[in-house]
Amino acid sequence: MTLLHDAHARWFFEGLLAFLIVASLIGWILSRKVASENARAVVRNLNSRIRAWWVMVAFFAAAVASGRLGSTLLFATMSFLALREFVTLAPTRRGDHRVLLWLFFIILPVHYYFIWTDWYGLFSILIPVYASLWIPIRCAIAGETGDFLARTARLQWGLVVCVYFVSYAPALLTLRIPGFEGQNAKLLCFLVCVVQMSDVLQYAWGKTLGKHKIAPLVSPSKTVEGFVGGIVSAVLLGTALWWITPFTPWEAALMALAICLMGFSGGLVMSAIKRDRGVKDFGAMIEGHGGMLDRIDSLCFAAPLFFHLVRYFHT
Amino acid sequence: MIASFLSTLVRVFTGARGRWIPGAFDSAAPRVFFANHSSHLDFVVLWSVLPGAVQAHTRAAAARDYWTGGPLRRWLASKAVFNVVLIERKQVTRTNNPVRDLGEVLSAGDSLIIFPEGTRSAGPDPAPFKGGLFHLAEQHPEAELIPVLIDNLNRVLPKGELLPIPLICSVTFGAPLPRIEGETKDAFSERARSAVMALRDHP
Repeated sequence: MTLLHDAHARWFFEGLLAFLIVASLIGWILSRKVASENARAVVRNLNSRIRAWWVMVAFFAAAVASGRLGSTLLFATMSFLALREFVTLAPTRRGDHRVLLWLFFIILPVHYYFIWTDWYGLFSILIPVYASLWIPIRCAIAGETGDFLARTARLQWGLVVCVYFVSYAPALLTLRIPGFEGQNAKLLCFLVCVVQMSDVLQYAWGKTLGKHKIAPLVSPSKTVEGFVGGIVSAVLLGTALWWITPFTPWEAALMALAICLMGFSGGLVMSAIKRDRGVKDFGAMIEGHGGMLDRIDSLCFAAPLFFHLVRYFHT
Repeated sequence: MIASFLSTLVRVFTGARGRWIPGAFDSAAPRVFFANHSSHLDFVVLWSVLPGAVQAHTRAAAARDYWTGGPLRRWLASKAVFNVVLIERKQVTRTNNPVRDLGEVLSAGDSLIIFPEGTRSAGPDPAPFKGGLFHLAEQHPEAELIPVLIDNLNRVLPKGELLPIPLICSVTFGAPLPRIEGETKDAFSERARSAVMALRDHP
């Protein structure tokens, strides 16, 4: 609606389009240049990642352009897929079946309904308070006691990360920022763009210059060079995008820094879980990227902090 | 048409992916896919991940008592939808011998999906296999015996539950089970069962 008539939003998406076209061209040139079998595999993976980015950007643009309902539905779907990957990997028992039905088909939709209808009070407590009460109650009623604390804690944590944390991204659309009314979708664009580009840039710096492992026991592919280069360049990108936000350039830089640090931490935590479960990726639904949870791990951790920073300083 | 719609639905819901060795479906021989059985959705999921050309010539064997127990199940099992080969579990006589019915499908050049446990198992390991697979293998030496492991579907819809939860399942196809001359029924059945369980360690 309003977003289509917003010049800044249009520039943002035109810029994104230009970036994807350049990336695809570079990928195509690289695929014709490389000779060694090893390099060819890297370039093939790069190209399938770029192809997947086209699809993800298209979904995101369509959802954002269709307003709060579209955005809420997109993030609800992402939460659903992420939770599905999480539960697939987390050991559950026969007695957890009914409580899992609650998570997927009642708590998740009701929670996103509160975002759509802008009911902040319930949105903020449904999962941390009432789902946290209900999960152990329902498990106890089911009567299976083995491993009880670990099972209920796992389900609760999965729900918080895959649903509650992710939902802070579309919840940005409900904030009332004086002088920025009707333009909140651009804040969502800022968050998603900075957090995802921070991942991409960390990968790019790590692949080209990476030498010193930053967390060898958790994620052997993360390097100090990738961390520093990726975060500095993503903060610069965030600063350069200050015009789509209500922030001053300095503020945009600090916000971007907060987003990048939380994003990096999210990636690290999810790597620790994957390591523990002995898998490389959470799933295989997005070509070249792994699963949904592999793609949004950094968003999960960055979205709540960004939401609260904006809420505290601008509303 | 209806079958492919329903199986796509199940595949999207369970995120099921088929995994097989390259070239697994190149030969034209009829196949007997034998799999572990933990959920009523098993045959639909197995069928849905098969390549289209193989799918068109593959029929599942399922228990007559369950799949004729109501109009919806009868319709799903009928020619209009999954064209299931209904087999007798309760009172097997000379005239309704399941092995003969299944053999006719193979003789017609089609492939079969069977669950040699005979019923859904509740535990993590498949129950001991019944003799049907052995007799089929003996009477149809031309058929390839393909072990299949359906993983996680028991968590999607465990025995006794009505509503499924959406977890990601995988269907792993192994290499054809070799025939061993003079093998007893019990030894063969145990070897077939081990071949299914061995697919758990598939990367």
